[in-house]
Amino acid sequence: MSEKAIGVGPAQLTRVTPVVRARTIRVNPTLLTGLGLLGLVVLIAIAAPLLTPYDPIAQQFTDSFLPPFSPGHVLGTDNFGRDIWSRIAYSTRLDLQIGLLSVLFPFIFGGFIGIATGYLGGKLDTLVMRVVDVLMAFPFLILVIAIMSILGPGLTNLYIAVGVVGWIPYARITRGETLATRHLEYVLAARTIGCSSGRIMLRHILPNVIAPALIYVFTGMVLAILTGATLSFLGLGPQPPTPEWGAMIAEGRQFLLLAWWMTTLPGLALLVVGVALSLIGDGLAENRGG
Amino acid sequence: MGRATYIRRRLILMAFVLFGVTVVIFGMVRILPGDPAFLILGDRATDQKAAELRQQLGLNRPFLEQYWMFVSGFAHGDMGQSLLYRQPVGDLVLTRVPITLALAGYAMGLAAVITLTFGIVAAVNKGRWPDQLIRIGFLFALTTPNFWFGILLILLFGLTLHWFPVAGFGETLPQHIWYLFLPALTLALQLSAVLIRNLRGQIIQTLRSDYVRTAHAKGLSERLVLLRHVLRNALLSTVTIFGLQFGFLVGGAIVIETVFALPGTGQLLIQSITARDYPVVQAITVVSAVLVIVVNLVVDLSYSFLDPRVTYE
Repeated sequence: MSEKAIGVGPAQLTRVTPVVRARTIRVNPTLLTGLGLLGLVVLIAIAAPLLTPYDPIAQQFTDSFLPPFSPGHVLGTDNFGRDIWSRIAYSTRLDLQIGLLSVLFPFIFGGFIGIATGYLGGKLDTLVMRVVDVLMAFPFLILVIAIMSILGPGLTNLYIAVGVVGWIPYARITRGETLATRHLEYVLAARTIGCSSGRIMLRHILPNVIAPALIYVFTGMVLAILTGATLSFLGLGPQPPTPEWGAMIAEGRQFLLLAWWMTTLPGLALLVVGVALSLIGDGLAENRGG
Repeated sequence: MGRATYIRRRLILMAFVLFGVTVVIFGMVRILPGDPAFLILGDRATDQKAAELRQQLGLNRPFLEQYWMFVSGFAHGDMGQSLLYRQPVGDLVLTRVPITLALAGYAMGLAAVITLTFGIVAAVNKGRWPDQLIRIGFLFALTTPNFWFGILLILLFGLTLHWFPVAGFGETLPQHIWYLFLPALTLALQLSAVLIRNLRGQIIQTLRSDYVRTAHAKGLSERLVLLRHVLRNALLSTVTIFGLQFGFLVGGAIVIETVFALPGTGQLLIQSITARDYPVVQAITVVSAVLVIVVNLVVDLSYSFLDPRVTYE
């Protein structure tokens, strides 16, 4: 600390600009592999129209059930003669969107709830924790299916259904971190100089407790994408002919022996995205010494 | 806090959670805008049909009375009438539950074997190739969509090699075990992926403790130290996670049943959703939640008996 800082009073202290700690993200092999894979997937999603020669929903009955590596159809065609590669590539957009949006709102909401309950405690904390207990009693997938059955199939309803329980992990993580942080000196110091609770939570606690929750985002995205694909496999997701990996797997099931590629390839795409996101999550956790 | 106090508190919490679960399920169809009768029947239903359904479900009565009917009905095993099958929901659901439970139990058994084998191998070879291989293999198992993996198993072991049947669950016990093997394996691999990570970490941590060094120092064999001293302590937290994963297992079973054409709760649930058979959806959701609550209670209580050092907070 510089000499000047020693004699400062409370009024000046509040204006001291926060020390920016250069947090370098160390790149380990796990993280690097994950980022590389995800980069590739994102690239396919963005450039789907350029990379695919066919309309993903255009039917061409003369070309149905072509196996992979057929001329003009790298990954073959389905029962309607639609190009599988085109469908997989366009579906990347949809599934990444599902992963992102199903996690975004629960992350923000759960994060705030976690910090508020952890810092303020009291009745709010008890109430929220009891709500968590109740929601955790439902098997996740069954609750999501039950909610979807009322709201009806579709993407927006999928986000709502996943969001109803999706915020819980983030709330639990940030609450735990906040409980560990709230008695630290810098929080006491902020309170001593008269910062409001809201300011302490947003400016002092939030930056210090958010990292573990951010790491969990990647696990959450894998779970959301798998849930989305499962629901659409069961016919509750985006409706046909929209290309979606889960729905493609369901369509291919009827032709398992005739055209194994219809089922196998969309599943591989799901697996690649899942592995990429898991590797990033693991890599970040390793950096934190987890 | 003594064990009796702990059990009492745990039971009070369970009663509260049960109450919450019924409120959520009861409220789910009623808090939404619009008429639940039309929600169930579809927009094109006639007013008369809707009125009949409202009467049948008791939707025309006061709110609290409806809730009371709902809860007391459940307590008596009366869960209403199925709109699709025209028979009591209770009979319909309860005949399906054993199949789902058998599948979940089978999967748990397989998962225990897989977890113990690979968890121990990974931990004692920490950082070497068997550990890396197991880590990567189960990372894949964790992210593989289980319904897709089930279909692949059907394609390979059922349709191509003809080692296993591809649908149904057989009639005798050996047949059940044979028929349910592929679906149970599908669920078990995913469950193990979560458990192995935990068990590996716990074993590595326990291996560093003083009492293990003492056991080595007094000349016990590697095997004996591992099985009798290390594993007993390392397993405790894995067992807890095992309980916490039960909900995921039941959810997974629902999907896997539809893949392997098993006539369990899952198949009924999907059918009921397509047919808007709301009383059945409601009943399955409650029954599955009650199962999860009971399993978690059993795990928590058994935990306190397994490890006498556990202090209750």
